[in-house]
Amino acid sequence: MRIGVLCSRIRAEEKLLFEAFARRGLAFDRIDDRELTFDLAQPRIQHDVVLERCLHHSRALYALRILNQWGVRTVNTYEVALTCGDKINTTTALIAAGVPSPRTMIAFTPESALSAIETIGYPVVLKPAIGSWGRLLAKISDREAAEAILEHKDTLGSYQHAIFYIQEFVRKPARDIRSFVVGDETICAIYRESAHWITNTARGGQARNCPITDEIDRLSRAAAAAVGGGVVAIDLLEHPEGLQVSEVNYTMEFRNSIDTTGVDIPGRIVDYVVHVGAREPVPA
Amino acid sequence: MAATSTAPCPECEAQVKLSSTVEKGEIVPCAECGAELEVIEQDPIQLRLAPEEEEDWGE
Repeated sequence: MRIGVLCSRIRAEEKLLFEAFARRGLAFDRIDDRELTFDLAQPRIQHDVVLERCLHHSRALYALRILNQWGVRTVNTYEVALTCGDKINTTTALIAAGVPSPRTMIAFTPESALSAIETIGYPVVLKPAIGSWGRLLAKISDREAAEAILEHKDTLGSYQHAIFYIQEFVRKPARDIRSFVVGDETICAIYRESAHWITNTARGGQARNCPITDEIDRLSRAAAAAVGGGVVAIDLLEHPEGLQVSEVNYTMEFRNSIDTTGVDIPGRIVDYVVHVGAREPVPA
Repeated sequence: MAATSTAPCPECEAQVKLSSTVEKGEIVPCAECGAELEVIEQDPIQLRLAPEEEEDWGE
């Protein structure tokens, strides 16, 4: 089986994945997205399956689009990247599948965004539709803060920052839950604990093992299915009315979750890649 | 982690120690100046300043 790994910067996760391939005696090609070119009308199929591990969402998205168009199987697929890489797409997919998620409103101007914020009620959370690691999240507690932040985003940001993704602030414990789904299975979960309302481990949140309850398992698999399945990490919030899914990540980081959970996450990903690579080719 | 090679930091010219398992594309810190450096060649090791984080980076 010809396996490709699409990546650029090598994080701890990519090294762990390379080691997992090596432990299984599997050869793979590293495909550096900085050196990659596609001649769109000249399919160049060099791999049976490609594992996408780009840092750049935009590069991942277009590379997956082209590879899938050419019939190359990928982990994950273009549709999954398209849905998970943009929070508006993610939330609409979750709602369509009946997966509980925090109340969310979208607006396209500062004025309508202010109206949406006050419809939900303070505090709210403003998130960039595209972004990760807890960057540029804003908890807005009153009208003065809302007006200032909306003006700044509208004036200083790229056009994407004037597409306002407004979400209720969930009064959760000082933690959230991240679960990991590979194929049809919730393989493990962690609590991400922080005194700050942003609990991303990239922002200092501490990982602790989270036993997989029936509810975590059910919601995690439902969220994964809602975005198209594959290898994804689900962020769950302990809302007073029950667990809700806030985000789904399609190029997940897991360095803090292997020892914490005792689960060989990179090994499970590699096994899934081999499973996908062994399927019948996707018609172009 | 045993250091098996060194390469000059492009920022401060200190010798940066690198592990035998370092990968092309990996980010390593310079112990002297704290700069984040990217391994761009393995044989011999060459380093350059790592790119700044971009808006669409993430997981």
